[in-house]
Order: sequence, then C-alpha cells, then structure tokens
Amino acid sequence: TLRLICTTAAVQRKNVGASGPEKYTEAFIKKQIEEFNLGKRHLANMMGEDPETFTQEDIDRAIAYLFPSGLFDKQARPMMKHPTEVFPEQRKIQWGEDGRPFHFLFYTGKQSYYSLMHETYEKFLNVQKHQDQLTAQDLPLQKEKRNLAGSRWLTKIELEEMLLEKLSDDDYSRFIQLLEKLVALPYADMEENYIQKFSKEVPVQLQKVVIEPLQYDEQGVAFSTGEGKRKTARATAVVYDNGTGKITVNGTDILHYFPVLQDREQLLFPFQFLGRIGKHDMVCTVSGGGRSAQAGAIRLASAKALRSFVTEQEVEFMRQAGLLTVDPRVKERKKPGQEGPRRKFTWKKR
Amino acid sequence: QLDHGRALHTAARAGLSSVSTRDVPAERPRAVFHTSESDPAKHSEQHEGRLYNIPLEEVKAVFPHGLPYRFQQQIQTFNEARVMVRRPALELLAYLKGSNLAHPAVRYVIYGERGTGKTMTLCHVVHYCSRQGWLVLHIPDAHLWVKNCKELLQSSYNKDRLDQPLQASVWLKNFKASNERFLRELKTQKKYTWGKRESTEEGRPLGEVVEQGLARVRSASDAVGVLLREIKQQSHRGSFRLLVAVDGVNALWGRTTLRREDRSPVSPEELTLVHNLRKMVRNDWSGGAIVTTLSQTGSVFKPSSAHTPHELLGKEGFDALDPFVPIPVANYSPREFESCYGYYLERKWLQHEKAHTEDGKAELQFLSGSNPRQLDRLAGPL
Repeated sequence: TLRLICTTAAVQRKNVGASGPEKYTEAFIKKQIEEFNLGKRHLANMMGEDPETFTQEDIDRAIAYLFPSGLFDKQARPMMKHPTEVFPEQRKIQWGEDGRPFHFLFYTGKQSYYSLMHETYEKFLNVQKHQDQLTAQDLPLQKEKRNLAGSRWLTKIELEEMLLEKLSDDDYSRFIQLLEKLVALPYADMEENYIQKFSKEVPVQLQKVVIEPLQYDEQGVAFSTGEGKRKTARATAVVYDNGTGKITVNGTDILHYFPVLQDREQLLFPFQFLGRIGKHDMVCTVSGGGRSAQAGAIRLASAKALRSFVTEQEVEFMRQAGLLTVDPRVKERKKPGQEGPRRKFTWKKR
Repeated sequence: QLDHGRALHTAARAGLSSVSTRDVPAERPRAVFHTSESDPAKHSEQHEGRLYNIPLEEVKAVFPHGLPYRFQQQIQTFNEARVMVRRPALELLAYLKGSNLAHPAVRYVIYGERGTGKTMTLCHVVHYCSRQGWLVLHIPDAHLWVKNCKELLQSSYNKDRLDQPLQASVWLKNFKASNERFLRELKTQKKYTWGKRESTEEGRPLGEVVEQGLARVRSASDAVGVLLREIKQQSHRGSFRLLVAVDGVNALWGRTTLRREDRSPVSPEELTLVHNLRKMVRNDWSGGAIVTTLSQTGSVFKPSSAHTPHELLGKEGFDALDPFVPIPVANYSPREFESCYGYYLERKWLQHEKAHTEDGKAELQFLSGSNPRQLDRLAGPL
C-alpha cells in the first residue's frame, strides 16, 4: 500500500467503517457492551445513585467529576460511552463458510452502492408506471412540489457512512441526479418515505434566534436591552425610544469616554445603518478589554437591542451586514519555540 | 433678519435669472445664519446662533494676538472672520453694559469643557470693548509665560524674581499694535530709571515706555510691569475704561515647568510677568472689568478631566480670584449647530456628497457630540 507523506486533513479523514473487513469481531463488541453495562452499574454505585436509572448524561458528569482534566479538546478528555459509539460501524464478513458471498452484487465491488441504485431506479419506474396508468384513464396530473428550499441531500461522506463502503465523486453525483429525477416526477410523493431517508432539513439561520418584544418603563417610553462582547470586553446596552441621540457610557458622555473618532464611528454604525441616528437614547455599561474592544462590544449590544424596534426584513439586513455576529477574533496563544503566535525566532545560519 | 446687502444681492439675481425661481428660495435659508450687525454692542437674543462678520482690518487692529490658531487659519481660508454669537457672550456683554464703573472691577471667569468656545467668547467681548473705546489689555495665553521659556534673567529690579525677555517683548509688540491711541494719550506719572543711562521722565507718553521695552530687551519685563501699574492707576482715576482679558488665567497660580540653572523649580510668583499680572487681576481698582478664561489645554500638571474653576485654579488661585462671576460655556445647542453646519455648507467647506444630506448632518452631530472643536476637526477632511 502507498503511504502518503504530505497529506491534508481532508484526505486523511477516512471513513473507518468502509476500509475493509472488520478489525473487531462480533464477540469482542459483545464483550465490550457487557463490560460497559457492568461499569455503568459500578459507577452508579460509587456515586450513590440508582443503577437502574443511570443515564448517559449522569455518566458524563460522574466521569468529569472523578477525572477532572484541564485539556481544551473535549475529545481528548476521559470519556465513557457505549461501545457502539466508540467503535465505528463496520461491515460484517459478506461471505459464508463455503466462500460463497451472500449478496448477488458482491463481485461488482461496490455492492451496497449498486443495490441502492437498483432500488431507487425501481421506485422511479413504479412512479412512471402509476403516472402512465393515470394518463391512460385521462385523470388530471397532480402537481404538488416538495419544498426543496429547506432541505438538502446527504453529503458524500454521510452517504458513505450510511452504506459503509467507499464511493467515488462520480458515483455520488449519479445517485444525486437519479434522486432529483425521481423528485421531479408528479406523483413522487408516493415514495416520500424513501426519499426522506436521503434528505436533511436546513433550518433558516434566523428562525433559531428569538427577538424579544419591547418593554415599557414608568413614563411609557419603550426600551429594550442587548448584550454584546468583543475580545475580553462585555457590554450591556439599553436603548430608549423618543430620544435625541444622546449616549451615555458608564455614566459619562461618549465624547469623554471615547476621545478617538474611530470608536465613535463604531457606535454610530448600527443607528446609521437603520437611519435612526437622532431618534434613540442609549445608556450602556461596559467593562474589560481595551478601547477598541469596548467600542465593538457596545456596537454589538446596541444592534441586538435595536432588533426589537425594527421589522424582520431589516433584522435580516443587519445580520447580513455583520452587525449581529459576535467577532470571534481573540488573541492567539504564543507557541513554544516561537517568539509570538506566528513570529519565529531570528534564524541564524550558525 | 435679512441684511440689506444680501437682500439686494438676491433681488439682483432674481432679476437676472427670471426663469429659474429656484435661486431665490435657496438664497434665503443661507442668509438666516448670518447677521449684518458687526457691532457687538447691538447684539441681543435675536442674534443668538448667528454669525457676524468682522472686517479684516479690524481683525488686524484688535486681535494682533489672541485668536485661536485654527480660527486664524479659517480666516485665511474663507477670507473673512465670522464669529458666532452665543449665549455666554451675550450674558457677559449684558453684564458689562450694566456694570457700574465706580465700583471695583468685577471679575468674570469663563469656564467649560475642552473645545466649547471659551477663547472665542473672550475675543467677542474684547471686540466689543475695543469698539466701545476701552483700553484692552489682552493676554492671549498666560500658559505661554509659565512654560517653554528659553531665557530666564535675574531681574534687576528685584533680585528674587526672574525675567522673561522674549515673551515680554512679543507681548509688548502686540500690545502696541492694538492700542496705539492710548499709548499716545496716556502719560507716565513717575520717573523710571531703566539702567545707568536710560530713564523715562515724568509726563512722557506711555508709548515711550513700550519703545524702551522693545529696544532694550533685557528690561522688557520691567517695562511691562511699569505699563501695567500706570494703566491701573490711571484707570482708577477714571479717565478711561480698562478691560483686562486674560486667557488661561489658571497658569498664574499652580506650577511652572521652568527651572533655574541649578535645576530648582520656579514657582509662578518668582516670575516678574506673572507677579505683575496677578496685581492686575486683583480687584482693588475700579473703572473697568476683568474677564478671564480657564484653559485646561495648555495647562501644566493638571489632569485632562479638570474643568471646574476649583480644580483648575487650585486653592490659591481660587482664593485670589474669589469673588468672581462664573460663566459656563457649553457645547452647541441644536440651533447653533445648524447655523455652523449651514455656514460650512455655504462656504463649500464640506465637499463630500453625503455631507449635504440630512443623514450626513445627523452623523456629524453624533460624531462631534455638538462640540465646536470636534466639529471643526471633523469638517476639515470632508
């Protein structure tokens, strides 16, 4: 076998399940499951809880308590999970004791892929036959389109995991084309169950975020709050309606708190984008970070607070403008053997 | 309040371009920001927020020194000097008009945050007084006398004190330019000896004292002291009215950045100029007024957040100036902001397309916080 020397992460990420016959025997897996269950009961006993009602979350908490670790990578910490999650799925041996394979397509090499294609094409032909029957009886054709907007097909890697064998890009694209053709037919909803196995929902980003309604204070003035952060700075902003555009930060005016023009421009940005410069008053508190980080944090907080005053379409515009996203840039860690995060020591020839 | 010059102008244009009537309405809103009253004596509340013009010759005569640097640059750019009439200045003018000259001189202290227009208010008042015929003793910035002095001489008059020949001669030159008339009319009351050979007789015009100070730079500070004493005594008698206008009066008390040759720090009393000026600012004379400004910008050893008289003057200064009439100066009101913005637009100072829109105006107001200095700096690159 060829060993690749210079590889990228994408290439190295191989589907372990598809890489050949099993490395773990069934008996081994069974024994692991028994040991896991026994260990679960022991753990429940140790923690003083009831072994019968000990769930996976309890196990995680118990392990985190007994073996505390300061490692950043969650997957490097000690964990105790069911063997089916730990050991990846693998194909069982596909031939019997006499050496005769079980599946009729075994000698094609990609048996599950071709059997899948056969099944899908069978469904396709069924739908076409049904359609022909109905046109022969002169009944009108129903045109009910599936909602393709919120769904996507499985990716190549997901399909590989499902079939437990390697696919090539060409194979994958042919399969997707066949599925598209099937869905395009008028009576495809007969096979809806089958198609749903290969499609996934893609929720629109915005539906997850809940916009809070406006609150009203004593005088009846509407206001709303928002929180924001940038680097190490945390800010909370309260935006009042019917204002004159006055902004107070930590009790002082913005002219005094942010003498630099750049910071004040950052604060101006959400209001200018919505065209509401002189209409709102704002009172904010901010702590941590430096001058620029505090300005960015207040900007995010005020944009989040302004969402309650504004229509949904404008909220979507704000999101696309980047006003509602937390800036993920933080100071990068210094590595050993280098002077800074990226800078290496001066290279001396001798 | 359309002034006559502009009304004629609009009528002429309307006559020429009879087709486009759009010109006439466009002219009128611009003229609202200006007023033709170039005599500060006639300014009143109806002129508040408007800009009035000072003819350039007057500017050279009345303000040889004393205008802020950026304002001088603006005069050069626009080829005219337009000063905004604001409420603190109107207040001060009302007090001055109603002040009784037989009483001891009242002290006014103009204070406020950075860049709100204290020096400009002072210049407005100085212009008014010079129009009225007062003798104006205008010290542009007292901070210049307590820092960055290259030469310090030991005073011949009093051995403890130190002279500053350069600053004194500069000030004498400017004083001469602004108050020529008085220097010819007023006479000395005593005989002054400058050195072994030079002396000024009694009864000579004060102009000679000034000439002496300019000619002999070593005795310039003493000349300044003599001048101040003479003026004070004579105004006390009531032959003319005196206005003492000091910008940055908090420099007179506090610390200096100067050191003697043996690296020991100098305190303000040991400087002749400061000593004499303190005597002027004391209200033991009558027949005039003392208008002063506090300034944090040029001050030494004071934190940048200090604005109030108490913080900037210190205990010593506060006691010395007490009692005084405080006059706070704030940022632009919305109306003043609009007129300043309109002026910049009219003079085509704001070139950016967006600056002409309403949104641009709101942005400028937000970013500058209605602070005059910030607005000026912002409008510069636009």
